[in-house]
Amino acid sequence: MTCQHYKELIMGYLDNELEDEQKRVFEEHLQTCSACARELEEFRKLKQITDEVRLVEPEDRIWQQYWGGIYNRIERGLGWTVFSVAAILLVIYGGFKAIEEIIKDPSVAMILKVVLLALIAGLAVLFVSILRERLYFWKKDRYRDVRR
Amino acid sequence: MESLCQDEVTVMERCRRGSKEAFEAIVRRYMKDAYFIALGLVGNREDALDLSQEAFILTYRNMKRFNPTRPFFPWFYQILRNLCFNHSRKRTDERRLVEQFDGRQVEREAGNNFTPDVVAERNEVKDRVWKAIGRLDNKHREVIVLRHFRSLSYEQIAQNLFCSKGTVMSRLYYARKRLKEILDSEKGGQQE
Repeated sequence: MTCQHYKELIMGYLDNELEDEQKRVFEEHLQTCSACARELEEFRKLKQITDEVRLVEPEDRIWQQYWGGIYNRIERGLGWTVFSVAAILLVIYGGFKAIEEIIKDPSVAMILKVVLLALIAGLAVLFVSILRERLYFWKKDRYRDVRR
Repeated sequence: MESLCQDEVTVMERCRRGSKEAFEAIVRRYMKDAYFIALGLVGNREDALDLSQEAFILTYRNMKRFNPTRPFFPWFYQILRNLCFNHSRKRTDERRLVEQFDGRQVEREAGNNFTPDVVAERNEVKDRVWKAIGRLDNKHREVIVLRHFRSLSYEQIAQNLFCSKGTVMSRLYYARKRLKEILDSEKGGQQE
């Protein structure tokens, strides 16, 4: 084993995570390697000061209100989704009705009707193109079925 | 974060069927772990609270993708860490932008988001360690947080990070080495 390998074992030794055999081999190495022994001591001091850092426990009311905050955000998310879908449907319906009126109206110039139809055709092509691209990437996504 | 018991499998099954009561039980069980891990990763209370709650919301929306026979926490942890890392990246980008405009020096990574007011029984050494943890890169900071602030075993850390115990040991070595370098450089800077 190289000294580099033993260096990583320093962590397991410090945190008491080595198996008995690993621990014995590492302690044997420490007898002969002053560099690793020195590094172990330095890491021991670092671990000691890091272990002393504790984070402030929040007030009880934070834990009491924690679930409420999540529940409200889930509920609001659902509300926004329903609202958005309904708004989009209304806009589409209103749009179609308005276009229908313009097309049927004999007083509107033919050129305006043609431009309007071209605009709708362009939007349809864009929509189909984006949809096709999304479907293509979705099918190719290697992680879409990842379940753990 | 203990091993999976039958009760938890049942609760997870109910969650997958959309039960809010079952999900509430999951939230209550893991909220402290989620909050303190987020605090360790992003460094301040408000963001930690917001991101840990956001992680539970995303979990609830994606519950159908979860396999209830597998442990819940490692799956949840992936969602939480991604949110926290994205948040830190955004904060760093924002600071870089500010730096470009007014020429101020910006600390690397999330360092200056790590406010010492979250450290209990503060003293100078603890404040310095906390700020130094904030200057580690994400990969190193997370092993320090999981080991020191949640006291997870190497086995549990490996389970959460989907890696081997050997990788955990190696990552901790480089994380602590970097932490030591930061602390030493600051000490040197102060003495000069």
